[in-house]
Amino acid sequence: MSAQPIADNLFTDDMSALLGARNRETGQIFFPLPLTPADNIEPVALGTRGTVWTYTVQRFPPKPPYIGPTDPEKFKPYAVAYVSLPGQTMVESRLTGIDPDDVKIGMEVEFTVIPLDPDAPAEEQKLIHAFKPVQGE
Amino acid sequence: MMSDVCIVGAGIHPFGRTEGRDGMDQGIFAVRQALADSGIEWKDVQFAFGGSAASGSADNMVSQLGLTGIQFINVSNGCATGGSALNAAVSAIKSGEYEMGMAVGFDKHPRGAFNADPSAYGLPNWYGEAGYMLTVQFFGAKIMRYLHEHNISRETLGRVAEKAFRNGVKTDHAWRRSEVDLETIMNAPMICDPLTKYMFCSPAEGAVALILASEKKARELGVPIIRLKSSVMRTRPPGSFEVFAASIDNERGGTATEIASQAAFEQAGMGPEDIDIAQLQDTESGAEIMHMAENGFCKPGEQEQWLLEGRSDITGELPINTDGGCLACGEPIGASGLRQVYENVVQLRGTAGARQVPGDPRTAYTQVYGAPGVSAVTILQR
Repeated sequence: MSAQPIADNLFTDDMSALLGARNRETGQIFFPLPLTPADNIEPVALGTRGTVWTYTVQRFPPKPPYIGPTDPEKFKPYAVAYVSLPGQTMVESRLTGIDPDDVKIGMEVEFTVIPLDPDAPAEEQKLIHAFKPVQGE
Repeated sequence: MMSDVCIVGAGIHPFGRTEGRDGMDQGIFAVRQALADSGIEWKDVQFAFGGSAASGSADNMVSQLGLTGIQFINVSNGCATGGSALNAAVSAIKSGEYEMGMAVGFDKHPRGAFNADPSAYGLPNWYGEAGYMLTVQFFGAKIMRYLHEHNISRETLGRVAEKAFRNGVKTDHAWRRSEVDLETIMNAPMICDPLTKYMFCSPAEGAVALILASEKKARELGVPIIRLKSSVMRTRPPGSFEVFAASIDNERGGTATEIASQAAFEQAGMGPEDIDIAQLQDTESGAEIMHMAENGFCKPGEQEQWLLEGRSDITGELPINTDGGCLACGEPIGASGLRQVYENVVQLRGTAGARQVPGDPRTAYTQVYGAPGVSAVTILQR
């Protein structure tokens, strides 16, 4: 068994994008899919490129229900952003591949998946969504 | 013209930590003080609205206060619990059905940030498991955008906290009673950027009770009359930015506070320029900054200059959070909104002692805001 998504209905089947929801009547797109299916809600693959609308940095290990690494010695602060996906919605997501101190509002980012605990054995890893800076542009 | 509902008695149990006294007992303490303040007895109270988030059903207070058969309705409206209790009490008197009643709120929370369960917010478990279920992240992300959009320095956040602790020193019911200088606030450990630990309020304990009466009844009692010109509670409009949102609309909208504020000013026949004192929700420093503008007291971006010039100090043109607000008093959810009203009653009576706003204030404004996008506003007039 290899790394698994942290939950069902979070990613598209090929894990290339987040799974959002579209209200058939209003056209509003939001994330994630509701816990209970509804007739007027359909799944939609969210865009994979966007810009950081705002962010903060989680500087201390969260309490439960958080299940990531919490050892204060090893805990690494992580940036949490709202990434604006054009024409869709703003998704709350961790940022990866960048020092939290270097994050800027307006920077371009793209979708990726990361393990919740990079130090966990591969077969136990749970994958979560993140966005990383767009390179080389 | 309809006569005003008046506040004829106010009581408070000191905020902070009181070992060995549960939340409801703190509520009882506040009620007894409010009764004494208005010179009435429990049997004279015809109805009550009250609530707590973590300390039980307020109507159980009758077992200690007296089994008078009173109508006692429990209110549960998150951070707006106190404001909603007051709002309901005002309506009960305005309707003509009752002449005198009570609004009460109390709470006692465990130490540390509030623990939240994703399913209570309609969110999947992964949201908590992956580390998003933290109110402090919301506060950090929201004010980060606001500072960026309106070109406000991070130091302005520090000045709000510095003022809160300065006012708290002078406040009997405050929890934090010592000053903290700007440098210490700015250099303290970061919790969620751009907010350091001194810029956040903590869950706490405390209780407030207010006795309300019709104008006719208030005159009979012969106590100083404080008129409630407005009491408004509103929920969020589309496109607002609230806690525990896994996504928010690209198209931004208004806030619950903006619509509550506008309705309150309309109800009172006043505008922001008519207000002498304001108590604004300051869950963290950034909230006070945003709420200065959302309530119409300044334009977004002007807050930096306000804080630099001390315009919201006790001696400034519009003193804000004269008792140190949530930052100095802590936040017992059920009592917090009523504490703001209590403080305004004391200020309008001119009995606030060392923190008394000079110049004989006549009008006072409160605004409490909380999850999931609720806001309650009052306007008092002496």
